[in-house]
Amino acid sequence: MSLKPPVSDHDHIQGHSQAHISLVEYGDYQCGYCGQFYYIVKKLQQHFGDKIRFVFRHFPLEAHPNALHAALAAEAMTKYNKFWPMHDILYEHQQSLDDFSLIEYANMLGISEQQFRNDYNDPALMEKIQQDIESGLRSGVNGTPSIYINGKKYEQDYSYEYLVKYIEKLL
Amino acid sequence: MLKNGRQAPNFTLNATPDQQLSLSEFIGKKVILVFYPADWSAVCGSELAIINTSVALLEKYNAVVLGISVDSKWSHKAFSEKQQLRFPLLSDFEPKGAVSQLYDVYNQQQGYSKRAIYIIDENGVIQWSYLPPDEINPGVDGVLEALDKLATES
Repeated sequence: MSLKPPVSDHDHIQGHSQAHISLVEYGDYQCGYCGQFYYIVKKLQQHFGDKIRFVFRHFPLEAHPNALHAALAAEAMTKYNKFWPMHDILYEHQQSLDDFSLIEYANMLGISEQQFRNDYNDPALMEKIQQDIESGLRSGVNGTPSIYINGKKYEQDYSYEYLVKYIEKLL
Repeated sequence: MLKNGRQAPNFTLNATPDQQLSLSEFIGKKVILVFYPADWSAVCGSELAIINTSVALLEKYNAVVLGISVDSKWSHKAFSEKQQLRFPLLSDFEPKGAVSQLYDVYNQQQGYSKRAIYIIDENGVIQWSYLPPDEINPGVDGVLEALDKLATES
């Protein structure tokens, strides 16, 4: 199963555009496995440096009541160039993702409550999230997190050690 | 599995403790019929959670989703609320597994429905089916591809 559509400028990308390895995650901020995988991604980035780029696409599940709002909060930070700092805060505070906490996290990044509320209600944010979800559905996402390495769905062990071995073979 | 091109057998099952649904009510719409082993088990929860996410997209194809397992209507009610499901779960409970057997997706040994998906068109004709191994959680990419194909053929 392949990634549809491929990574583009519309994506949130961390790392070099010319990196050998492209790791795409479909994730949900309230999903416990995604929370564990967040730390694995950090370690992989440290280990592989410029050789890897990381892309995050939203896949909030309805079974998680705060997941969609958390995704909107992260998206709302994009225009301040603070998507990734918010992404990190959300995964590091998975136990507190209620609306009140989301405002607090925006404040931590220097965005006032008033400003955050204005941005947060922009319908373009929801549209972006819906596009991510649709691309995930078409790419064969069957749970969160689902990851794609160099455009192909990765269906093996999600542990750090296993991923390091798998990626090293691709370099 | 029943063959493509065949009329989908009609059935009537409980969708909630006090409401029944028949397949024939959906003539004029495409029906994605999702058989699954059990409420509450991890893989199933995740399969249905993914399908739930796709409901809005499936509506654009004039398609509705119906989930079916042998769990009781009370189990379905609690499970559906927990998962915030946006499509009905039908209870193939009494006589147990009768509809699953009708669709040739009953696991006699284990006493539950196999994981299987049928796409039924607006005229009640089976157009596509898929039977993954029990332990594999299928995404909806196969269903979407089949719907795209059906749209270009018609």
